[in-house]
Amino acid sequence: MHHDTVTAILLSTVLASTPMLFAALGELVTEKSGVLNLGVEGMMLIGAVIGFVVTAATGSAILGVILAAVAGALASGIFGVLTLLLLANQVACGLALTIFGIGLSALIGKPFIGKPLSALPQLHISGLSDIPVIGPLIFGQDALVYISILMAIAVHLFLNRTRQGLIVRAVGESHDAAHALGYPVVGIRFLAVMFGGAMSGIGGSYLSLAYTPLWSEGMTAGRGWIALACVTFSTWRSARVVLGAYLFGFFTIAQLHAQALNVPIPPEFLSMAPYLATVLVLVIISRDATRIRMHAPASLGRVFHGG
Amino acid sequence: MANAPSGNTPRLALRGITKQFPGCLANDSVDLTLAPGEVHALLGENGAGKSTLVKIIYGVQHADAGTIEWEGQPVHIGNPAQARRLGVGMVFQHFSLFESLTVAENIALGLDNPGPMKDLTKRIVDVSQRYGLALEPTRHVHTLSVGERQRVEIVRCLLGEPRLLIMDEPTSVLTPQEVERLFETLRRLSSEGKTILYISHKLEEIRVLCDNATVLRGGKVVGKCDPKMTSARAMAEMMIGTELSSPQRLGPAVEGAPMLELVRLSTTSIDPFATNVKAANLTVRAGEIVGIAGVAGNGQAELLAALSGEDILPDPNMVKIEGKPVGHVGPRERRMMGMSFVPEERLGRGTVPEMTLADNALLSGYMVGEFAMLSSGMVRSDRAQDYAAKVIKTFNVAARGHHSLARSLSGGNLQKFIIGREMMFKPRLLVVAQPTWGVDAGAAASIHQAIIDMARAGTAVLVVSQDLDELFELCDRMAVIYHGRLSDTQEAKGTSVEAIGLLMGGVFGQQDEDTNAAS
Amino acid sequence: MLRLEARPQPSRTMVLATPVLAVVLTLIAGVIMFAILGADPLEALYAFFIAPIDNLYGLGELGVKATPLVLCAVGLSIGFRANVWNIGAEGQLVMGAIFGGWIGLFHNGGGGIWVLPLMFIASAIGGAFWGAIPAFLKTRFNANEILTSLMLTYVAQLFLNYLVRGPWRNPQGFNFPQSKSFDDFAAIAPMFDGTRLGFGFIVALVAAFAGWLLMSRSFLGFQIKVAGLAPAAAGYAGFSAKRLTWAAMLISGGLAGMAGLNEVAGPIGQVVAVVSPGYGFTAIIVAFLGRLHPIGIIIAALLIALSYIGGDAAQMSMNLPVAVSSVFQGMLLFFLLGCEVLIRYRIRPRLRAATG
Repeated sequence: MHHDTVTAILLSTVLASTPMLFAALGELVTEKSGVLNLGVEGMMLIGAVIGFVVTAATGSAILGVILAAVAGALASGIFGVLTLLLLANQVACGLALTIFGIGLSALIGKPFIGKPLSALPQLHISGLSDIPVIGPLIFGQDALVYISILMAIAVHLFLNRTRQGLIVRAVGESHDAAHALGYPVVGIRFLAVMFGGAMSGIGGSYLSLAYTPLWSEGMTAGRGWIALACVTFSTWRSARVVLGAYLFGFFTIAQLHAQALNVPIPPEFLSMAPYLATVLVLVIISRDATRIRMHAPASLGRVFHGG
Repeated sequence: MANAPSGNTPRLALRGITKQFPGCLANDSVDLTLAPGEVHALLGENGAGKSTLVKIIYGVQHADAGTIEWEGQPVHIGNPAQARRLGVGMVFQHFSLFESLTVAENIALGLDNPGPMKDLTKRIVDVSQRYGLALEPTRHVHTLSVGERQRVEIVRCLLGEPRLLIMDEPTSVLTPQEVERLFETLRRLSSEGKTILYISHKLEEIRVLCDNATVLRGGKVVGKCDPKMTSARAMAEMMIGTELSSPQRLGPAVEGAPMLELVRLSTTSIDPFATNVKAANLTVRAGEIVGIAGVAGNGQAELLAALSGEDILPDPNMVKIEGKPVGHVGPRERRMMGMSFVPEERLGRGTVPEMTLADNALLSGYMVGEFAMLSSGMVRSDRAQDYAAKVIKTFNVAARGHHSLARSLSGGNLQKFIIGREMMFKPRLLVVAQPTWGVDAGAAASIHQAIIDMARAGTAVLVVSQDLDELFELCDRMAVIYHGRLSDTQEAKGTSVEAIGLLMGGVFGQQDEDTNAAS
Repeated sequence: MLRLEARPQPSRTMVLATPVLAVVLTLIAGVIMFAILGADPLEALYAFFIAPIDNLYGLGELGVKATPLVLCAVGLSIGFRANVWNIGAEGQLVMGAIFGGWIGLFHNGGGGIWVLPLMFIASAIGGAFWGAIPAFLKTRFNANEILTSLMLTYVAQLFLNYLVRGPWRNPQGFNFPQSKSFDDFAAIAPMFDGTRLGFGFIVALVAAFAGWLLMSRSFLGFQIKVAGLAPAAAGYAGFSAKRLTWAAMLISGGLAGMAGLNEVAGPIGQVVAVVSPGYGFTAIIVAFLGRLHPIGIIIAALLIALSYIGGDAAQMSMNLPVAVSSVFQGMLLFFLLGCEVLIRYRIRPRLRAATG
């Protein structure tokens, strides 16, 4: 294969992976605090539409991304109120958030369907980005790609090196013990949920601002769910979240290139690849129940009532 | 140890503490005064209000009325962090530790200003050496024994330099030898002027350790005494409010046919936090009560799952009921062969908390042909209701009826219901885990009596318990489980608490020699 | 400040009152939403909830939309009771449409009245097959059924796309991605003139009754409830979690499959690329709104069906976006889940401690 093709595949893999990476990092922190928010898909859609609408209206992509994060955080706030304050079932509320997000984003985005928007500019570091293959890959991406990588490092350091991160992990491990020691379990979880929402919002906005860039209904096409799968794939370790997101991004891109190359397989079957790959990866990871038990936050999904 | 406090200002003075929960007055105008250097016992049955009172002192709960004075100053303790800043430390009954975190991380979480990890690690080592509480800061908590976990809790408290240390039932999970070591630590602390509030219902321990005792019953202070001058029996009667009755035994065990045999039973749980049972051998005969002692977490849960059929074994011959291999079959088949099973977890395993007692009768009673609660795949709810009503009546379960939810019953009544439900099937083999753990004395006595009566009527009974007093009261023979290994059984009459205690601490070889020397 | 205080027994009044409360709150939120969208709220509510059903055709449509919702939701509710989170009913519905549709297309031009029953059976098998995959992956490999069943929904949808664009495409269909129409014997005729309501509605009611019988009277239903409420108690009693997972997935998959056939053989009349506007997902809302109880599910399905046809009607009469229906549905589920707290808890003012 010509190295331009390789570069193209790798470049677009980075593009395709970044939305899932943002969302999965957010969900990782949420799950580490013991909350399972299945509403990632809905929050990403809300982020995607708000990012697009704000950017289209103001011409500022930075504002678009920021407000997408705020919108994602607000949407997750609904989930937080229901599950943390009103003690509702986390699985059901996560599903509700996804359904709500699909509807709300479609409603807000209706007037913007089919309108074009210029993609986020790529940062070119002169000289470096001209190196073949790795040049554009490492030095020629847009700002959000670099931010996503910085966020991965930041999340890793936060969870493993800071006292606040230790407290988040402790709350996820045993909310009763954390409560007995006087930690505000609900407040900590609420922040973790909002962080997850904000990150999903940014991930969604990356889809509508950089990846496609346009708005269409349901444009996440399951990426929120794949982000959830990334967290399971990572067995709750931040470095592996990055690996997982890039792996799933690669499947998405590889099948698109296969379609372009006229592989003698119907395109519908090629399009199944990311979904089937997700199932396959889940099966491989989940077989090792011991590892899941070692790393999964022990309170994940359990309702906490402090009295 | 100084009985008299140094100076006149008490470390802590509670006046008129009252706390109301829905349907229960947990603390009713409680007064309590603690002096510096004093070891003070807080005595009472389960539900007497001890835990609520200490949670109020530690800021976990808030009193509805009453005042708290700390070293002469009136204070409001809003949360545990405030309590810790005042100088209150607490070691919880159910440890508030995080399994997947390290010892040092756990300790850091319990301190308000832990400082850098490196310094903290050094401080942990210092304190643990000073008080004889050996600990490795980098180990993960899930790899520690129960005794070691308690050390983590104590070291965590001590690093906060408390002037009042609250210990909630600290010895319930320790071997007698570990208890002795703990007491040495506590005495050293008290000689340094620290006040210790020691909560327990184990009277002999209190007589050995404590300077003063306050007795709670039904949320009220019903008495104060000097435990060294008061008999255990007198204190027990203060706690319970009536005289104690011991269970009646009708003659010795009849040597019957083997009902349950374990033959080199080994479990293979993949749970990294599990303690697998290793090559356990045991025989329980009809008409006898055999006990298994041991500190929690030594493989009891895994052994019980293998006995009940919840865990299917690789070799059917590892468990035999009446000589027939059953290791490969589940709970349903084992029940049909005459086994009943009372699990340790009452809510969530022994019963479904959100279901009625009638439904909970069906839970384990569905396969008992005699009561025919099922007909062609459908539930005969009338029969399940009758059965539940009969259990309630026969075993004096305080419940409004068969429609009460399991979770609405008190611990003791729920246990009476479960034991009654399992006994009414007229099993030929009964396996009971922790029959009276957390149950009030009245219910405990009636449960013990029922178990003894059942055995004397010819049922083989296996009791797994952490409570040595209970095992000595019930059992004809006893074995100890330690790190998944089961010792040989000893005649209960031929052994002592100390001998069993050594086994519980893992001194199997020495015990064998002792037995040989004795025989 | 308010605090939650656990009730000794769940409140029966609240069990019935919470769905009503949730609907009222949703309507209030709806009024606000319409106001934001610049529509007259009362007019919009009328266009949404009353106008669509003030005629026989509209009432028939209510049943048409409720049928797949009831079929899917009854199955899902059984799974949810067992803590089996099948959220791939949409994919199972699509697979049912494919399997059943295949039988119908296979007999195009030659068949008899036996074809339709055969199609129903095939659709149930198709849906159950698609539900069996997550069941297998869960029981054999411990893979989370939420994610696998959802991923398989995308796979099923892509497979349907392939069929209607490839092998099944009607040669005379102007290149539209759709199959030939079913013959009369393979199609579900309306039960009443002037409506599109077929006997699938009766099938849905029967399924709801069977679901009720299963959950409230049978031992299998009892086992499912125990497994959901207290998994350890189910293990103690000797109920096999794997067997119950299989049962829940097969039942819910089979019912969803029948819902899919009811669409293609009923209102649609042929196999097309989009056989459902997300009934399989909306059924999750229906199941919760109906309190996982078959009777409740029927009522909830009619209500949600109304929001569907109301959305269509409001789009036409007031030019409101059709997505308003999904927003309504999402809000309804939020309010319901939020109100559920009242069943098990009382809300009390927080008492301040009277310490010195």
